[in-house]
Amino acid sequence: MTNPMIDVQDLRIAFGPKEVVKGVTLSVPAGESFGIVGESGSGKSTVLRALAGLNQHWTGEIRFEGAPVASKRPRAFFRKVQMVFQDPFGSLHPRQTIDRILSEFLSVNGLDDVDGRVNRALDAVALPQSVRFRFPHQLSGGQRQRVAIARALIAEPKVLLLDEPTSALDVSVQAEVLNLLGRLRKSHGLTYVMVSHNMSVVAHLCDRLGVMQHGEMVEQLSVTDLRARRATHPHTRELVELGQALASTA
Amino acid sequence: MLVDIENLRITFENNGKRFEAVSGVSFKLEARQKLAIVGESGSGKSITARALMRLLPAQAQVTADRMLFDGIDILSQSEREMRKLRGGRAGFILQDPKYSLNPVKTIGNQIAEAWLTHNKGSKKEARDAALNLLEQVMIRDPQLVLNAYPHEISGGMGQRAMIAMMLAPNPSLLIADEPTSALDASVQAEILRLIDELVDTRDMGLLLISHDLPLVSNFCDKVSVMYMGQIMEELAAKDLAQAAHPYTKGLLNCLPSLDEPRGDLPVLTRDPQWLEEQAQ
Ligand SMILES: Nc1ncnc2c1ncn2[C@@H]1O[C@H](COP(=O)(O)OP(=O)(O)OP(=O)(O)O)[C@@H](O)[C@H]1O
Ligand SMILES: Nc1ncnc2c1ncn2[C@@H]1O[C@H](COP(=O)(O)OP(=O)(O)OP(=O)(O)O)[C@@H](O)[C@H]1O
Ligand SMILES: [Mg+2]
Ligand SMILES: [Mg+2]
Repeated sequence: MTNPMIDVQDLRIAFGPKEVVKGVTLSVPAGESFGIVGESGSGKSTVLRALAGLNQHWTGEIRFEGAPVASKRPRAFFRKVQMVFQDPFGSLHPRQTIDRILSEFLSVNGLDDVDGRVNRALDAVALPQSVRFRFPHQLSGGQRQRVAIARALIAEPKVLLLDEPTSALDVSVQAEVLNLLGRLRKSHGLTYVMVSHNMSVVAHLCDRLGVMQHGEMVEQLSVTDLRARRATHPHTRELVELGQALASTA
Repeated sequence: MLVDIENLRITFENNGKRFEAVSGVSFKLEARQKLAIVGESGSGKSITARALMRLLPAQAQVTADRMLFDGIDILSQSEREMRKLRGGRAGFILQDPKYSLNPVKTIGNQIAEAWLTHNKGSKKEARDAALNLLEQVMIRDPQLVLNAYPHEISGGMGQRAMIAMMLAPNPSLLIADEPTSALDASVQAEILRLIDELVDTRDMGLLLISHDLPLVSNFCDKVSVMYMGQIMEELAAKDLAQAAHPYTKGLLNCLPSLDEPRGDLPVLTRDPQWLEEQAQ
């Protein structure tokens, strides 16, 4: 039996005395997409940041391809696992050109063929070469989000951790980004963990999902079961019903 | 009439290059009415709202045949009068709430200050009002958030704190730019219910900017659909699903679905004629 790409056992995270993630366990096979939904403040971003190695104060066990990770990750880890943040404007350096933003990872890691890699990453997210020498504020919201994805892809990761990758986007750009993520998963064999409050978006891109409430993952189910209204936990059902009510046009 | 805009034009001038970002936008909003502006990223929704609050940078040229708020001619107001209006009779929930919160002040102090600018009362009363507002926007642990700094709260909580701050002075017009896009469905529904109640009980008018078409269809009275600085059509919100314009139809057609799997989602194909038709 092969190891899952991501395996998390009893993950707990506290800020000071306050525990905000209270024993989350989940497992994602290679090449699959796992969605995390749940109410605001339930700990979704905090789980993702711990997986990404951006929070060192956690307990429990996190394994990638069977190997446990320490709280401080070695540099090689970030070649394998990359994160796209909740708000792309905040995560892109405002005074760096897109070119600089994209090539930074390459120079830090001493990788060659910088030009070629940057161009291929821009191609992958369908951005024209002409954006290379612009600054983030000179791009639209959707283009900035694609830059954030391109920056994650340039490391040629196996795992992408996506925090609300489309919530700042309008519906047409959202469709483009979802198509792109779906295509990349197939072509690059990527594994995704995606946080989103939009049930339709999660259903579109993911195979399975976990529902969080008050720091606990209260239910895990397949998207097939979700679509067939076979969710059992009240919080999941509430999210589905509300999502349904909000998604139907008169 | 709360808002009356006729032929609004916004032009940016950068390094001698002129770019008309809004080209002849008109709409009206009455008290107790909810108007949505929808449209793609970059279509001019936010700057239209900013023009109404006179919040555009100096390099933006704004002209209009008419731009009235409650009968007041916005274009001829002094900056001092505008400051009184903003955050007072007109509340503006900005698109990036976390950036509009002051990073070095606690959430509670910021809301209390907003309350004090338009209510008389002691510090203690302002703090109680702030706590009360945080409860109203469904923050689970309002006491904790009251004492938190913006970086210590989640994305959705920041958005709700911002909403609480704007509601503090009892505005008669609320402009909300993507107020719920970072919120989960249950909080989203709760916030919309709260805004709905305020619209009814306080005779407030709402200008809601959103890219969420199903949401505005359920929640608003009418919808203006914007594309590249022009309004393509204005229609009753409940008729959105039967929209005639191909742009509006295209926007509705690219949504993923919770009911059934869709393969690749259709993306918009834009027709240059959309803009010419309007120019006639
Ligand atoms: N740096 C921090 N210091 C203190 N508390 C924090 C910090 N970061 C997050 N928290 C708290 O941890 C809890 C979970 O936050 P998190 O950002 O994971 O929520 P979320 O599920 O992503 O919510 P949202 O959908 O609103 O983004 C919240 O109560 C938040 O206030
Ligand atoms: N300060 C500025 N200088 C030059 N152009 C600007 C400036 N501010 C906005 N624009 C341009 O005006 C147009 C409309 O911008 P606006 O922010 O209103 O879009 P929007 O419809 O709110 O989009 P989104 O859904 O992405 O928020 C865009 O093309 C934008 O690039
Ligand atoms: Mg979050
Ligand atoms: Mg905007």
